[in-house]
Amino acid sequence: MFVVVPFGLLFGVVAMDAGLTLTQTMGMTMLVIAGAAQFTALQMMVDNAGLWLIIAAALAVNLRMAMYSAALVPHLGKAPLWQRALIAYMNFDQTYAVASIAYEQNSEWPVERKVTFFFGVATPIVPTWIAATLVGALIGKSIPTDLGIDFILPITFIALVGPMLRTVPQMIAASVSVAVGLILSGLPSGMGLLIAAACAMAAGAAAEIWQEKRSATWQ
Amino acid sequence: MAVDAVLVWTVIAILAVGTFLIRFSFLGLIGDRPLPPIVVRLLRFTPVAVLPALVAPQVLWPNATNGQTDPVRLLAALTTLAVGMMTRKVLPAIVAGSAVLIIGLQLSAVG
Repeated sequence: MFVVVPFGLLFGVVAMDAGLTLTQTMGMTMLVIAGAAQFTALQMMVDNAGLWLIIAAALAVNLRMAMYSAALVPHLGKAPLWQRALIAYMNFDQTYAVASIAYEQNSEWPVERKVTFFFGVATPIVPTWIAATLVGALIGKSIPTDLGIDFILPITFIALVGPMLRTVPQMIAASVSVAVGLILSGLPSGMGLLIAAACAMAAGAAAEIWQEKRSATWQ
Repeated sequence: MAVDAVLVWTVIAILAVGTFLIRFSFLGLIGDRPLPPIVVRLLRFTPVAVLPALVAPQVLWPNATNGQTDPVRLLAALTTLAVGMMTRKVLPAIVAGSAVLIIGLQLSAVG
């Protein structure tokens, strides 16, 4: 959970450096609450990408959360609508990871208990994220710009991806993403990104299917 | 650098609604229907498919150097990737990459 502190700080610093106002920075962090997508939107705005390309890229980064949403249905699907809506708002990487592990281990919990557990996990994380962003935004102005702060954003993305590269299909997906992204970088900002992402997802899924078939024949 | 205020707020508003709808999708609207396996498979790859393409041009042709490849930024990027893959943790990777970046830029400014 403590990953949200440095991450929030960093978003505050980078957003102010990119030219957002304090209100915009805080508005984004409270309404979107999705670190990687916020960083993506920032990068694309700095690159002067068009509105719909910014939206498409940032939402593409968030698509994995549809999976989280689907995974919570067996546990929380019977909760009242307002509770499910509130949980959806707070359903991001950290809360999902903690809750889904607890639900797997305690699948006999009644739905009320599962809802309470989710709120218990999310309640400290959300204000921490918001407060960390605020601190980052406020101290960001006093950080000298010649420290290479322009490049903190790329470093953050690479740091997010590195730990995800655990399997060969994931490495293939990332490599295809880099290659196509570079080849198409002359296209209007964001266009090449979306094509590269689609190619990379297809390549990763294809590699995974091929790998599964091969291990099935060997057994 | 100033970013157009209307654009920023439009991005924030659409992104907020869109992100909420993604998170709410199955839980709220679609209900207990399972996703097709191929969709689940593709969704799992979204972060590793999107982020590298976003970052690769910036690593090779940074804005800050007007698109000239910069050895310090390149080295910082490779360090971040290596530490991230080895430790499987985000923060050590950020710290290592930033350290290379800051020290490298200071050294090249001196030298």
